[in-house]
Amino acid sequence: MNFLGYKRADGRAGIRNHVLILPTCACGSETARIVASQIRGAVNIIFNTGCSDVQANTDMSQKILTGFACNPNVYGVVIIGLGCETVPHNKLRDKIKSMTSKPVVSFGIQEEGGTLKTIEKAVRAARDLAAEAGLQQKELCDISELLLGIECGGSDATSGIASNPAVGELSDKLIDLGASTLMSESIEWIGGEHVLARRATTPELHNQIIKICADYEKHLLAAGQDCRAGQPTPGNKFGGLSTIDEKSLGCIRKGGTRPIVEVLKQAERPTKRGAIVMDTAGYDISSVTSMVAAGCNAIIFTTGRGTPTGNAIVPVLKVTANAQTYSWMADNIDVDLSGIIAGDLTIGGAGDLLLKKIHDVCNGRLTKAEAYGFSDIAVDHVCRFV
Amino acid sequence: MINAILLDAKDNVATCTAAAKAGDKIKILGGDEIFCVEDIPIWHKVALKEICKGDKIFKYGEIIGEASSDIAKGGWVSHENIFSVPRDYTSEMI
Repeated sequence: MNFLGYKRADGRAGIRNHVLILPTCACGSETARIVASQIRGAVNIIFNTGCSDVQANTDMSQKILTGFACNPNVYGVVIIGLGCETVPHNKLRDKIKSMTSKPVVSFGIQEEGGTLKTIEKAVRAARDLAAEAGLQQKELCDISELLLGIECGGSDATSGIASNPAVGELSDKLIDLGASTLMSESIEWIGGEHVLARRATTPELHNQIIKICADYEKHLLAAGQDCRAGQPTPGNKFGGLSTIDEKSLGCIRKGGTRPIVEVLKQAERPTKRGAIVMDTAGYDISSVTSMVAAGCNAIIFTTGRGTPTGNAIVPVLKVTANAQTYSWMADNIDVDLSGIIAGDLTIGGAGDLLLKKIHDVCNGRLTKAEAYGFSDIAVDHVCRFV
Repeated sequence: MINAILLDAKDNVATCTAAAKAGDKIKILGGDEIFCVEDIPIWHKVALKEICKGDKIFKYGEIIGEASSDIAKGGWVSHENIFSVPRDYTSEMI
């Protein structure tokens, strides 16, 4: 199977060709938004961190920022910094340039003399990048170039019974075609981690999966918190999910059944091809943020209760098996899988349907969230700001 | 008739695909029929047999929690009457 994508110098393939306006910190976010709004083909993110952080939080922010810039869906980057943040624009630019050959330019608001002067320069730079990006031709790429992120959010009982197994089927099909899939949300492995770990190809990977869950619980306990107090969420409970274990056993089904070849730290880029899992929060927006930083080209997102979420860099294709949710929120959800529960669509048939939908998205079809220009992001934090 | 989905032969709960009222007959897909003894919202779980406080609750053939009170056959199983049991991670390592 092939798709028409944008081949990047590092060998990966993008399915979009965005100019990314990237703030170094919260203080650059509004300027970045205004710059992006002036340029067709540009996208921006709103960044809520990047300053007054302990080292571990800075490390996470940097992984997200550099990962976003290196994502194969990005053609080039315009960085908007402030000047007194933890990692200023020129340092972030140099770091990104050491990781990728794509064009990267940067500006600092304090250096330029305020937002208006920065916007003027940054808009010109973004305009030139967008003009160049328009010349890059789509080329035939093998489906093995696809790294699909697999996410669920606003889950209810239909997620674990129908839409997650359907996405699991999609994942198996993609892996059999040579592509890779990435499932995250490690807190939502708890209660099902022993089932997930059985898919590991080595005892080391098996134990890493168990240890991630043990460490997550310990981490929260050290701050006097209990994961079972926040999981399941009130919406999950209303939707029929009573414990974290029940939620997890449904969640992990979206990863399919193929052997797990790699276990990643949060926002880390995979080194292998196949079924991959990553340690992230169960908070869907944060999990998607980390998977995009890891280089996912597209995200498939199952929901029971319904969600509008989208990502600026990567198309998010949303599916539900809850008939009421689909009919109520059809403006936000791309695929209706309620036939699985009605008994007129098999899980295998749903997998085939999703493969076609994802293939279309790879070839350029906009998802609903993408057409609306949605840009949700949440950067995970180790501890309080300082 | 209300349908409920049974996911594994080991399970002692099934998921209702429509709201059930006390007195309704529920057809367990892949199993028998039972009488619903209390109102159960759509997508929530019905107990397939009498569950005693301390019993484990099975769905997907796996433990999803433990009962914090007795639950009648045909009763509503929710976050109000089951809870998550802490994991024994050490024993899961190989």
